[in-house]
Amino acid sequence: MNTEAILSFEEAMEKYDPVLGFEVHVELNTKTKMFSSAPNVFGDEPNTNVNEVDLGMPGVLPVVNKTAVESSIKIGLALNCKIAESCRFARKNYFYPDTPKNFQTSQYDEPIAYDGYLDVELSDGTVFRVEIERAHMEEDAGKLTHMGGATGRIHGADFSLVDYNRAGVPLVEIVTKPIEGAGSRAPELAKAYVAAVREIVKNLGVSDARMERGNVRCDANVSLRPHGRERFGIRSETKNVNSLRAVEHAVRYEIQRHAAVLDAGNPVVQETRHWHEDTRTTTSGRPKSDADDYRYFPEPDLVPVVASREWVEELRATLPEPPAARRKRLQADWGYSDLEFRDVVNAGVMDEIEETIAAGASASVARKWWMGEIVGRAKNADVDPGQLGVQPATIVELARMVEEGRINNKMATEVLDGVLAGEGTPADIVEKRGLAVVSDDGPLLEAIDAALAAQPGVADKIRGGKVQAVGAIVGGVMKATRGQADAGRVKELILEKLGVTA
Amino acid sequence: MTDSHELIRLSAAQLAEKLAAGEVTSVEATQAYLDRIAEVDGGERGVNAFLHVNAEEALAVAAEVDAIRAAGGSEAESLHVLAGVPIAVKDLIVTVGQPTTAGSKILEGWHSPYDATVVERLRAAKMPILGKTNLDEFAMGSSTEHSAYGPTRNPWDLDRIPGGSGGGSAAAVAAFEAPLALGTDTGGSIRQPGAVTGTVGVKPTYGSVSRYGAIAMASSLDQIGPVTRTVLDSALLHQVIGGHDPRDSTSLPDLLADLVAAAKTGNVEGMRIGIIKELHGEGYQAGVENRFHDSLELLKEAGAEIVEVSCPNFQYALGAYYLIMPSEASSNLAKFDGVRYGLRVLPEDGPMTIERVMGATRAAGFGDEVKRRIILGTYALSAGYYDAYYGSAQKVRTLVQRDFDAAFTVADVLISPTAPTTAFKLGEKLDDPLAMYLNDVATIPANLAGVPGLSLPGGLADEDGLPVGIQLLAPAREDARLYRVGAVLESLLEAKWGGPLLAQAPELAGSPALETQEAN
Amino acid sequence: MAAINRDDVAHLARLAHIEMSDQELDRMAGELAVIVDSVKSVSQAAGDDVPATSHPIPLTNVFREDVVGHTFTADQALSGAPDSDENRFKVPAILDEA
Ligand SMILES: [Mg+2]
Ligand SMILES: [Zn+2]
Repeated sequence: MNTEAILSFEEAMEKYDPVLGFEVHVELNTKTKMFSSAPNVFGDEPNTNVNEVDLGMPGVLPVVNKTAVESSIKIGLALNCKIAESCRFARKNYFYPDTPKNFQTSQYDEPIAYDGYLDVELSDGTVFRVEIERAHMEEDAGKLTHMGGATGRIHGADFSLVDYNRAGVPLVEIVTKPIEGAGSRAPELAKAYVAAVREIVKNLGVSDARMERGNVRCDANVSLRPHGRERFGIRSETKNVNSLRAVEHAVRYEIQRHAAVLDAGNPVVQETRHWHEDTRTTTSGRPKSDADDYRYFPEPDLVPVVASREWVEELRATLPEPPAARRKRLQADWGYSDLEFRDVVNAGVMDEIEETIAAGASASVARKWWMGEIVGRAKNADVDPGQLGVQPATIVELARMVEEGRINNKMATEVLDGVLAGEGTPADIVEKRGLAVVSDDGPLLEAIDAALAAQPGVADKIRGGKVQAVGAIVGGVMKATRGQADAGRVKELILEKLGVTA
Repeated sequence: MTDSHELIRLSAAQLAEKLAAGEVTSVEATQAYLDRIAEVDGGERGVNAFLHVNAEEALAVAAEVDAIRAAGGSEAESLHVLAGVPIAVKDLIVTVGQPTTAGSKILEGWHSPYDATVVERLRAAKMPILGKTNLDEFAMGSSTEHSAYGPTRNPWDLDRIPGGSGGGSAAAVAAFEAPLALGTDTGGSIRQPGAVTGTVGVKPTYGSVSRYGAIAMASSLDQIGPVTRTVLDSALLHQVIGGHDPRDSTSLPDLLADLVAAAKTGNVEGMRIGIIKELHGEGYQAGVENRFHDSLELLKEAGAEIVEVSCPNFQYALGAYYLIMPSEASSNLAKFDGVRYGLRVLPEDGPMTIERVMGATRAAGFGDEVKRRIILGTYALSAGYYDAYYGSAQKVRTLVQRDFDAAFTVADVLISPTAPTTAFKLGEKLDDPLAMYLNDVATIPANLAGVPGLSLPGGLADEDGLPVGIQLLAPAREDARLYRVGAVLESLLEAKWGGPLLAQAPELAGSPALETQEAN
Repeated sequence: MAAINRDDVAHLARLAHIEMSDQELDRMAGELAVIVDSVKSVSQAAGDDVPATSHPIPLTNVFREDVVGHTFTADQALSGAPDSDENRFKVPAILDEA
């Protein structure tokens, strides 16, 4: 469906300098909505988490959720923002069927938080400072489902169905200042920035921060300018890029697309773009037009929010350890090298490892399992490692079985696959599959004798002191026992038999 | 037992006394009003004050009150003073169990799933709700001619307008179809109909009565208030509906002084009453001026000090109002789009998109005056015009407030005619929006500043024999002063007339409706 | 301040989602011009030093505790809907994304 020309990323970088900007919407995990007492719950039956306010019935009035305001202030503080002494809500007027009042109650010229920054760490440890323009409070819209037509997409749909359960869910919209100087690392920075915001709101406990549920949603602005020019180019705004990988891909794609447009001597159109995960491309949405006159004015049904300095300091005192400080502490606690720790962070399994250690695993065991086993499986399944559903307790149990010599490492990975396939607990799977280390030395000794007889040269080398050659014999034994033997015990028995000490 | 002719002419306070004394039952009173509605409201020359009559429920509530009274004991003793006294509700206020139309086709047949806060309070006081009264569509008008369900007629002269937007509530009370009614006042919609129908109407301090459930026209101006035949009745009703409501963020946490006590102990001796220089004289009908000056004389005789105040910025109030009101209304009325409730109209030709369905629905569902105000408000808020229009109007609001502040340093209460003219003829100003807007010139400043205002009958104009209204204004939260002064002036005037002004209204020829009363 | 012409009204009507015939546009343009002319003194009334008043009675920090209140059933929510399907409000196709 997409036939637009693109330049290679390398060529684009040779010619142009990208400038980025992000609007990240964070859904707060309050119990109720921004302006009504209906529950803020994901996934319920359509139109059951609504009352007259959420449906925009005649006569209704909004009342601000205090917890949502406090969460917004916390986000502002965590983003190093100033908190407005006084701020207001405004109405953003536009007609759309997912917006029950046909205006969104939002903040316009008086955001609750402004002028902040976020230090974003790239994969090689480089720290990049992203300036935050503002973070403001607003409400989410309902959910539209487009029916009929071929694609389930908006274009060609016969009709749409509206569920207002999400209407009125509290949002904090975080807007960056233009981000200059990222160069060829722009796509990576994009991903790292959104990941950092997600980490902050999750760490604050103010959002479930699950991107697959839309708790964190990103609109990515991209523009290019020739190297050396100060003035920004015309930007596109790619809407609803809703996974970390997609953010990286979308920014990369838009850079390549803009470069091709500019290269052909054409102007970039200032427009909304839609991201398509399947083709990893964007398509043209709607150009900005004079219909985008939102006629903002102060919400007359609400009164100003005044954040006294005492209140702000009270909230600041409740803030958890910032993610960067937390990372420093965890690395020290776990004793990982810089490289090991960065790999863990880049793989996105720091929280998982922390939980696994908290559940009773050692730091090295937790790293071995997450980095050695689970990250690879997640990559193959094309999901985030955390989404595989591995429980910390599972890893602790597997590690204990190995340590107790009940199963060996190879079996343990087989058990993990069983757990992921939903076959039950590790103990169930060990039993069902008849996995157990052969602990009776009798059959082992027979197999060892056979292996030594099969490779007499190797046996001589070992006798002669080349202990490391024992591996070949161990391998023969393991093969003969179809992996059921405890490799450590096999090695011990071989060396014993040959009269060599390890 | 009182005969029904007498019964319906009792004030609410008098009726409440008879109910408490067991001289009359609530069912008798409620039925008498229902009979009166059936007699005078319908038909070609009917008052047409009601859009919906709620007979069954009203009688059920009345019977419940009667049963509680008959049983006696603590439940009977804890009944509200107005328990069993019927009331009519402007059809801009949502009610469970009855349709709410806002006088618009776009809500025809819609039933609210929730009650307005004021309606909850009427129910808690066990006041039978007689029905829903007619209004200019979405309260946009000063004559009730902009109702999608036909105009209401003024009981003093059926060829004249009853004022607006709350002409239905005022006419119902003036025509003895209800002892009490609720109205809403955004720019004068309680007070101006009160003036032209010879009834009492009060716009309370902004925020002192919850707006939850009043279909919004202009959120920063709207206020629900009482429509009655006496000042005391307004105080009684005001006290039922007032007080803080956590569902309205603009609701005042303050407790107002005892309004009923203020109405009962009226006394103006030593009070400073300020005549607003800009709100009488030129542009005011001679008969209106004469009655206004009569009232000033009476107050002076009663010991009040009459002072003159100037509010120079009031000259901008009407203009500021006609920017702020349509701006807020254009946004408040956006929700009527044919998606969630109410009318849906499909475009006659062309593509069937939701955009076009919304456009066709709003084209067919809204009347001309509503469209005019939505377009005007859209204009005033639009990019490039906001500062000059909406922004400037909000500044004028500050100036008007300062004028009031200054005036209230030299006067305890301000006074003016409520409206520049008496009731005009139906259709007379329908094609001249500007002339229509001028009806609210004296009432609008109070809405801009949020201060309370009361209109009471000041007599009949010499030239046409129609009622003239006198407006009293007090500082915010000082609603009690209105009742104190209003009650005194009312008693002085009634002493002069030898009874209530409404006793001079022509007897309505009973024109029993052939068709049903119910528009819905 | 510029006078309102018919194209302006057409644009405003589009913003306000009210379909209008050519006749209506013409009439509305005339009426609005008169009204706008009558309110134009407002923009000159107040100096720059005058603050705007958005609420007649100033209040701040009116909040609600984060406690769940009542909800409707889907049937109640949809009871007034012109059209619905699968417990959701049904609307004709949407031409373009907002
Ligand atoms: Mg926004
Ligand atoms: Zn937003």
